[in-house]
Amino acid sequence: MTVETREARQPIILLTPALSTIGLLLIVPLGFVVVYSFWLRTATGADQVGFFLDNWVESLTDPFYRDILLNTIKIALITTVVCALAGYPTAYFIARSNGNRLVLLLLLMLPFWISYIIRTMSWINILGVSGAFNWALMSVGLTSEPIQMLYNEATVILGLVHFLLPFMILNVYVSLEGIDRTLEDAACSLGANRWRAFLEVTLPLSLPGLAAGGLLCFVLGAGTYITPLVLGGPTDAMFANLVFEAIITQLNWPLGSALSLMLLVVLGAVVMVYNRYLGMTQLMKGLQ
Amino acid sequence: MGWFLVRGWAFLVYLFMFLPVAVVVLLSFNASQFGSFPMTGVSLRWFAELFSNEAILRAFRTSFILGLCTAMISTVLGVLASMALVRYKVPGRAVISMLLIAPILIPEVVLAVALLLFLNFLSLNKSFGMLLMGHVVFTLPFVVLVVQARLVAIKREYEEAALSLGANPVQTFFQITLPLMAPAIFAGMLFAFTISFDDITGTLFWKPGGVETVPTQIFAMLRNSISPEINALGTVMILLTVGLPLLGAAIARRMAGKINT
Repeated sequence: MTVETREARQPIILLTPALSTIGLLLIVPLGFVVVYSFWLRTATGADQVGFFLDNWVESLTDPFYRDILLNTIKIALITTVVCALAGYPTAYFIARSNGNRLVLLLLLMLPFWISYIIRTMSWINILGVSGAFNWALMSVGLTSEPIQMLYNEATVILGLVHFLLPFMILNVYVSLEGIDRTLEDAACSLGANRWRAFLEVTLPLSLPGLAAGGLLCFVLGAGTYITPLVLGGPTDAMFANLVFEAIITQLNWPLGSALSLMLLVVLGAVVMVYNRYLGMTQLMKGLQ
Repeated sequence: MGWFLVRGWAFLVYLFMFLPVAVVVLLSFNASQFGSFPMTGVSLRWFAELFSNEAILRAFRTSFILGLCTAMISTVLGVLASMALVRYKVPGRAVISMLLIAPILIPEVVLAVALLLFLNFLSLNKSFGMLLMGHVVFTLPFVVLVVQARLVAIKREYEEAALSLGANPVQTFFQITLPLMAPAIFAGMLFAFTISFDDITGTLFWKPGGVETVPTQIFAMLRNSISPEINALGTVMILLTVGLPLLGAAIARRMAGKINT
């Protein structure tokens, strides 16, 4: 064996375990889900193998599923916008701070590392009937009876924002950090005021980071089912809840397959559009 | 003026991020028998109850073993793949990278459904093994990203020097490359462990009946009511998930320091 062929074979050997894991446990199963979505769950509970369009017809035409899909997109969009509005100034503050930026970033990472389920349920301690907020309201005499503030769409969005905000801030921070600060000074010396220099120089240059953060917030937000279960009411189901219901509760796996593929196609389309115009590099930077 | 507003805004955002966490920690020391305000005193009784709760201890053990196995497997896979991508000219590199990070881009629910249905089709029932496979798949991309970022910084000259001084490739790997890579490997393992330990989305699909991890145990307990015990568990989890990475960072820095000196 020559040195060249060995050099060429080594990366293949190194990559094989990881790629075959992804292939066998992700790509092949996804292909299988496509096949499964055309099978049929019969009344006896057995799966009938074949090519039936029933699951797809049901998923695509039933207004119940359509409404929940639209509602999911709406909730994810609102969450993304709130994250952008709350996160951008914060990222700007960290990037431009004279203080210890590392400490500020680490502080932000702390809640990021804290268990998602704990962070989600912690809102019950704050907004619940016997939570901190109601206790404070009653203490100052604003209300005599506790108000139920939980279990609605707003608290679902609140929980999602708390979960996703660090993703947004980190991505915006990474792109702000990469901008040459003298550019803004140059704009100012040419007669722009600080605000205009920000709007016309810094903001456009940081848009890739904002887009990467937005993509993560949207995709992760739209794919969740735990937050609506913990913080939402009975009518606040999101699309992933339907998948969970079909697969785990009703055991209707063919229908669950069709529903999860629908979710994959919708969110995949968003990722593809992002990839087409902005590429994946920025996203990778933010994730590291 | 503008800067003042930005600072105030950032302060509010930090407050928003920390307030819920602070309330959990605070309430876990509440002496009252309801997990709510007003606090009637400071007590450790909920921690005592927590550590005598058999179900929670079992969940802890499950999560810990699962996290450890996941971390080891996905770090081995991830480190090998990262070495190939960083060290060699690989044809089809963009596609390979895309495949390796695919589990981040695909919604976890879909990933969970796919694995569950496929393994079931192969007559493999829900089991610890299925949980482990699932956790390896969705932690792998994070390991690849973290390890790659660190590997880029290791110069190849060190290995070439060892080889030119007469070490064989195996010696070079174990005496030069591996110690240099140790911080990257460690960071990857820690990342994988933490993500696995925290996961609930996929875990609820894959876990066999009767087996609970810490997050699914908390989730099950939430269905009843929010007892101070959950807050105590939350405090322990916060200490663990915050303490581990900090500890890890400290160890990694020491290891890196030793190599540099």
